Formats: sequence, C-alpha cells, structure tokens
Amino acid sequence: MTFKTEPFVVNAGPQHPSTHGLFRMRFTLDGEVIQDVEPVFGYLHRGIEKLAEGLNYTQDIVFTDRMDYLTSMSNNQAYVLAVEKLAGIQVPERAEYLRVIMTELMRISSHLMTVGFLLNELGAFMTPLLYMFREREKILDLFEMVCGQRLTYNYLRIGGVSQDIPEEFLPALKRYIDSLPGFIAEYDQLLAENEILLMRTKNIGILKRETAINCSVSGPVLRASGVNWDIRKADPYSIYDRFDFDVPVGSVGDIYDRYRMRIEEMHQSIRIIKQAMAQMPSGEIQSKVPRVLRPPKGEAYGHIEAPKGELGFYLVSDGSTNPYRFHVRPSSFINLQVLRELMTGVKIADAIVIFGSIDICLGEVDR
Amino acid sequence: MTLALPATEISAKLETQFPGSLVDSSGNTIVVKPESIFQIASFLKNTPGFDFDYLNFITAVDYNTYFEVVYYLVSLEHNHGLILKTRCTNRENPTVPSVVSLWNGANFQEREVYDLMGIKFEGHPNLKRIMLWEGFQGHPLRKDFKLQ
Repeated sequence: MTFKTEPFVVNAGPQHPSTHGLFRMRFTLDGEVIQDVEPVFGYLHRGIEKLAEGLNYTQDIVFTDRMDYLTSMSNNQAYVLAVEKLAGIQVPERAEYLRVIMTELMRISSHLMTVGFLLNELGAFMTPLLYMFREREKILDLFEMVCGQRLTYNYLRIGGVSQDIPEEFLPALKRYIDSLPGFIAEYDQLLAENEILLMRTKNIGILKRETAINCSVSGPVLRASGVNWDIRKADPYSIYDRFDFDVPVGSVGDIYDRYRMRIEEMHQSIRIIKQAMAQMPSGEIQSKVPRVLRPPKGEAYGHIEAPKGELGFYLVSDGSTNPYRFHVRPSSFINLQVLRELMTGVKIADAIVIFGSIDICLGEVDR
Repeated sequence: MTLALPATEISAKLETQFPGSLVDSSGNTIVVKPESIFQIASFLKNTPGFDFDYLNFITAVDYNTYFEVVYYLVSLEHNHGLILKTRCTNRENPTVPSVVSLWNGANFQEREVYDLMGIKFEGHPNLKRIMLWEGFQGHPLRKDFKLQ
C-alpha cells in the first residue's frame, strides 16, 4: 500500500520568538525537510525613506537611530558620513576618535546580542543570553554617560558629535575594555567546546563564497564564507587607516564560522578602541556647520562597515534644506537574500539557527 | 581605498562594444539607455579587468520628468567601483530589464524599487510588492505621492 503525500506549508511568524521582530517565513515542507522558503517582509515598514525627504538633513539623523535600533551609533555614522561627503564638511580630529570609539563599542554590543540570540535559538534558552545582556548593559551605561540615551543615541552630528565625553568616561571605558577579553574568552571556552553547539553549527548552513558574492551579502556573513572584505580596510572612512587591526576570515562558511567571526571581531574592536584611547587628542568636537545646511546639488554615497554588514546612504541633493532622495543600503535586508539558498534542503530545526546566524534587525529590513 | 574607476575610460570601451547605447558619462558615473542595461551590466561583470562581481545596491530616483535607476557595482577582486545609471522617461509604464540573472542580490532590491517607485523590471522571477501589501494604491517614493 502506498501513501499519498503532499508538501506542507508552515508559517514561521510574523510573531515568532526567533525572528526578533515581525518577520514571516513561509516554509514548504516535505516531512521535516524544507523544500522552499519565502520570506515575507513589511510588517515594520514605516516609510523612513519618504519621511526623510520631508525633514532637513540634521533632523534626519533621528530616523537612522530607529532603523537598526541595536546599532544606532553606526547608523548615525553612515548617515553623517554621506552628508559630510555631499557638503564637503571636515570633521575635527577629536570627534573622529570619539566616533570610532562609539561605533566599535556598538559593534561589540551588537555582536554580543547576535551570539546570545544564536544560542537562544539553539535551545540554550535565556541563560547565555542574559550573560550577554549583562556585558551589553555596561556598554549602554557608557553611552548613557556620553549622551544620556540608552537606545536611540542621536549622538553624532553633521561635522562632529553632540557633546564631549565627561571626565569619568575614559577611566570607565578602560575598566570595561580591560575586563571584556577575559569574559569573551571564558564564554567562548564554555561554548565553543560544547559538543551540542558544535554538532548543531558545524557544516550546517554552508554559504559558498560565490553564492555570497552573487547575493550581495556583506559583513561577518560574507567574511565567514572566506571573502576578505571589510569596508574599514577596503575603503577606509573616518580615521580607520590609522589603526592596526586584523580582519577575521572564515574558511567553511557554516554557522560555526559565522559565530567565530563575531567572537574574533569583538577582540579586534577592543584593539581599535585601545589605540583610539591612546591617540585621542584634545580640541574641538564640532566643526562650523551652517545651522540650516544646504549642500550643493549633487549626490553622494557614504558607507561604513556596520556590525551587520555594509550600511550605506545614497543621498541626492537639489540644493535645498531637505534631501531630495534618501536611500538606505540596508545590510540586514540584502543579507536576507541568501535565505532560500541556505535553507532549501535542510531540516526545519536548523532553519531557525541559520536565520539567527545571519543576524538581522527588522527595523533595518523594513525601514 | 575603493578606487572610483574613471568613467571616460570605461565609456570609450562601451562605445566601441555597444555603439549608441551611452547617454552620458562623468566622474565615476555612466548613464546608459534602459534597453541596453542588461548587455552592458553583463559585459561589465564578465570582462576581465572590470570584473564587477558584486552588486552593491540598486535604487531609483524620481526627477519628475524621468526616473533614474542607479546601480552601484563593485569588484571585490580589484577593489574598484562604478555607478551605472539608466533613465526612463515613460512615467505611465517605466520598464527596465532585470539583472537578477547576473546578480541574485538584485532580487529583493528590484522588488523594493518596483514597490516604492513603480518601475517594472522585465524578466524578474517574482516581481511583486515587498514592503507594502498587494492592493496598495500608488508608489510612495514618487514625488507626486503626497503624504497625508
């Protein structure tokens, strides 16, 4: 006797703990194996690109905070970089160093979240994540000290930063930076030698180098697949050419490599912050920028290596106070292009882990 | 440093390869006719020396009289970049050939441009709205779409 079988459709989301926001994946299953996956976007679409055309250049900084809310400082940096390119504004030395310190702290904070949530998805429910939250909390305390905010910082300004650091900031930062490597090493030792973690992440969700490039993937996901491409090295912005740091590159491109990238990058960020602290000069933190900025007609693309990948802003100016076109190159959104390639043919339990290893933020995907 | 390839150098090559398809070139920007965008993109991707293997982003700008579709191409091997543009003057039914078969990374981005700007990409495997729901009237990023 033969059984009649047919593919089975399962919706993961939009309300699903592993999506960290509102996102839906439509799985077509053959038993436990995924035949096809269709991502469904737009649950968090706020029309930021349109809204930004209605406000002036300085006001638009607040929209960038609300894109990827886990990496607000980096979003600020990418946007002000594009505006400074467009209007030809120089940034004072001290402000550049402050920006580097803040964005690298942001990278550590974002990677802590990624690793914590990845383990959450593997079934190590909440315990590792809360350890990560504890370390991230200290970064948020530092940010609060600098700008009074804990989530949407709005700290960077066109031509500088909003305020100088208080006296107690650098000692506090030094204490934190000194304690962090030990924490990461301890954590990594507990996890990277864990049999279950290795079995569930090694050789699963392999992203081939060619596929990664063809799908315009960027950031740690691209580097895990063996592509040495980091905007900080490839197209140095701000003052990144002054720091000595390495770009970790993976070899297999599986979930474990993507996990590894984040751990290694945190160590590199610590190296950069230490150098920045040592080199930071005193002086101005804001260059003279007209209160109402009217960049000349033209267009500019400013891009940075954000924690989740390449984040860029393509701005078109018509000579008025508001951007004529405000386009975001969202790393999270474009990285999702590989979902189908990664998930077809794997078991549904692995799909959730693969999704977590890409590391997206829905605020940036849908904008 | 990602080198911005001088457009004059590339445009000379394109002019001999695809006569009459070039509209404009300046700085590191090349503007081509929409009907030849696929051939030119394919040429830029596959010609040794250019090797634009990485499509950084696609977007579109509404200039009221025409739409401009912008492609930022990067070569990871040579670390150089180029902005490729094309213009559609047909406001009712702007159509551009899709480049998804060259770079899969264009898939969602072309859908986004279609959704928010209303430009159709011919040959796209699954061209439907991505951010907004089916049945939404209009395309919000067009300049004649007024916010309420």
